[in-house]
Amino acid sequence: MQFMLLFSRQGKLRLQKWYVPLSDKEKKKITRELVQTVLARKPKMCSFLEWRDLKIVYKRYASLYFCCAIEDQDNELITLEIIHRYVELLDKYFGSVCELDIIFNFEKAYFILDEFLLGGEVQETSKKNVLKAIEQADLLQESGESRSPISIL
Amino acid sequence: MVVPSSKLQDLIEEIRGAKTQAQEREVIQKECAHIRASFRDGDPLHRHRQLAKLLYVHMLGYPAHFGQMECLKLIASPRFTDKRVGYLGAMLLLDERQDAHLLITNSIKNDLSQGIQAVQGLALCTLSTVGSAEMCRDLATEVEKLLLQPGPYVRKKAVLTAVHIIRKVPELSNIFLPPCAQLLHERHHGVLLGTITLITELCERSPAALKHFRKVVPQLVQILWTLVTTGYSTEHSISGVSDPFLQVQILRLLRILGRNHEESSETMNDLLAQVATNTDTSRNAGNAVLFETVLTIMDIRSVAGLRVLAVNILGRFLLNSDKNIRYVALTSLLRVVQSDHSAVQRHRPTVVECLREPDASLSRRALELSLALVNSSNVRAMTQELQSFLESCPPDLRADCASGILLAAERFAPTKRWHIDTILRVLTMAGTHVRDDAVANLTQLIGGAQELHAYSVRRLYSALAEDISQQPLVQVAAWCIGEYGDLLLEGSCEETEPLQVEEEEVLALLEKVLQSHMSLPATRGYALTALMKLSTRLRGDNNRIRQVVSVYGSCLDVELQQRAVEYNALFQKYDYMRAAILEKMPLVERGGTQDEEAKESKEAQHSEAAVIPTEPQTSKLLDLLDLLDGTSGAAQPPPPLEPSSEGTSVHLLDLPCVSPAPASIPNLKVFEREGLQLTLSFVRPPGTPALLLIMVTAINTSEADVTHFVCQAAVPKSFQLQLQAPSGDTVPAQGGLPMTQLLRILNPKKAPLRLKLRLTYNHFGQSVQEIFEVNNLPVETWQ
Repeated sequence: MQFMLLFSRQGKLRLQKWYVPLSDKEKKKITRELVQTVLARKPKMCSFLEWRDLKIVYKRYASLYFCCAIEDQDNELITLEIIHRYVELLDKYFGSVCELDIIFNFEKAYFILDEFLLGGEVQETSKKNVLKAIEQADLLQESGESRSPISIL
Repeated sequence: MVVPSSKLQDLIEEIRGAKTQAQEREVIQKECAHIRASFRDGDPLHRHRQLAKLLYVHMLGYPAHFGQMECLKLIASPRFTDKRVGYLGAMLLLDERQDAHLLITNSIKNDLSQGIQAVQGLALCTLSTVGSAEMCRDLATEVEKLLLQPGPYVRKKAVLTAVHIIRKVPELSNIFLPPCAQLLHERHHGVLLGTITLITELCERSPAALKHFRKVVPQLVQILWTLVTTGYSTEHSISGVSDPFLQVQILRLLRILGRNHEESSETMNDLLAQVATNTDTSRNAGNAVLFETVLTIMDIRSVAGLRVLAVNILGRFLLNSDKNIRYVALTSLLRVVQSDHSAVQRHRPTVVECLREPDASLSRRALELSLALVNSSNVRAMTQELQSFLESCPPDLRADCASGILLAAERFAPTKRWHIDTILRVLTMAGTHVRDDAVANLTQLIGGAQELHAYSVRRLYSALAEDISQQPLVQVAAWCIGEYGDLLLEGSCEETEPLQVEEEEVLALLEKVLQSHMSLPATRGYALTALMKLSTRLRGDNNRIRQVVSVYGSCLDVELQQRAVEYNALFQKYDYMRAAILEKMPLVERGGTQDEEAKESKEAQHSEAAVIPTEPQTSKLLDLLDLLDGTSGAAQPPPPLEPSSEGTSVHLLDLPCVSPAPASIPNLKVFEREGLQLTLSFVRPPGTPALLLIMVTAINTSEADVTHFVCQAAVPKSFQLQLQAPSGDTVPAQGGLPMTQLLRILNPKKAPLRLKLRLTYNHFGQSVQEIFEVNNLPVETWQ
């Protein structure tokens, strides 16, 4: 995966994870164009589109668009599963997640994503393990100590 | 921040409360000033909170570069909270271009080697997201050490970090290759998945690694087999499919390992058949696995039965109610339509159904696939479907559809009349979207079909009478009426309804075209010339024509003016020659290669179509020049005054205007075996320097037919190759009709061309496969 963007129906960015090195200016341009393109799609259209030399996989969950850019040899259908798994993780963590949760706790959304994907690839296929890791990290934060002997998993 | 930081969330609320953009900016500017101050003055305890606020503001699009140093400080802090936010900030704010990013290398190194897994996790995550080449080089050995640590949590992250390192610094592959063997024995799905990803990356980058890892194909087959048959665990499954992420990744690796390798492919056959038939397809997860399986089957050396199974799965996908599934099916079928043509043909009706999709990305795919499936047996039915699609398709597909139909008609037209009808219909429906040479082709076609002259001129006259706005149609009609006006007036023709046309009506129509503001200058030229020709074809007096001609003698358009003046001269001084000059045209030589792709630049088409037909004309026009000057007696037969085929005339006084013919490249015989010969001919269209067209011609001089002939080609990476559908898959014996296939190669970098061909066919009862590289490619093909 090259990048993942989360944005609202009004085009406001809620999360941006870039797995390729680009300048801030380039990222802004890509975001702007892509958001426009995806928002212009009608509701019944399929979840895939070709954009520049990338394949874009997107899915709308309530008021949020989840949009991933994958490469030519990547499997579009499994990318849909990746998006769905991420939404499930958010849902489990926040308890019936909605857009506001992601706005007010954006850093948590990033932490969860970073336990599921790494460098653009899936790192953990067990929902349980991802959530456990986040839980442990949150505990570590709470305890205020970094020398906790609790090992994760 | 675990206890909801009132400060951060307060800020977010405040920003969201702003009613206008200006208000928002004010709030943010104020806050950024505070943040900057707090960065300066310390208070390390709340630094993480400040950075978090800055990150939020950054996401809204505001500048946040002054936070970069804070990230560094936070990462270096011993507190986990600080590190968590610091690393997040680093991933969002630092990038390769800033020197600051190198400063985190040391922190990462320290964090990797201390024993807290969560911290190691953060460090690895950051390295694999924003690690530059230098950082990767510095930290590669640290990551390698972590690959063999006991805890799977860190190990799975280390493996994927290794993937990133290799992508940035391919030379480091040799450090990460040895541990793979051991890592493959992992039971932990995350680590195993990462390992497969790592091996895939290694194999894609190095042929040596690829060869090395072929050894593990049996092991991979075993892993997937276990996963699919007995490895069901609720923890890793989605809708009854065991860990689809892992399955897909393994299948992808198998694809890379089995490509072009008989032995490996054979090992996988049973497994692939098992997965293809037993995966639950009720939900997307199963279909994702099935899709990957199909891709793998089509790409390796699988047995024929398996390939047919794969194509049939794609056919089933086409009938799925889920649009996404239909989309991937169409894209995949497009990829295999060349190599497995007959298998894909079986699904033609379903593909044609997909033309009716309202979703433009689907109908576009369906159009491409439909065009690829047209052959001589289904051309009538397919053309009808495509024409009804043309009527209702979205505007951006019109041009492709029109060109596609014309191309197919050219290649497979069962009769000339059908061909003319088809072109006519396309011109009427989508005239403005067709390529420039459609006019040339049609006039050529009609000119060559003598028995259809009467028919054509009538049909065209009727079409023109109805609508004079579609320029290509008008041009062809004008030309036809000019040439065959006498046949039009004759009144009887078996093939169309009897049409009584009066001379005056014909002249009036042509004048209407001349005067219409919708007519392009080229079209006017056609009309004027047609009128002129009619002066010899019609029986009445030519007063009307003379009038029109003399009026246009002072037309502002120089082109028309010139013609009119010359025609006027023909009426007055040279009236005795008029009949001879305006005789029916001889058939013009067809120029350019067949099967041109629709998207080729119009320029290239323009000059190519222009060059060869006008070549024989230049010499004759020279003669006419002499004639008008009155310098020589007309010893040579005067040529007809015919505009060149694409409508711009070759000015009589302006001969060197014609662009030179493309330098022809010698043909190359590349293959011969038992009477089957393969020759390549090359064309470099002048308008597009990066394009090379290769026509592969196969002739069979032996006693037995060559059947199931498939030619595939490969070129180096910087090239783009497109193979058009071949004219057939049989090369008949004893020098029968050769089989041809067009290759389009784009070479923007002007790199030396290398071409590898793979032929498979049956001859004398044996199946033959030949793979060879084409040597002695002339330099002109790529320079």
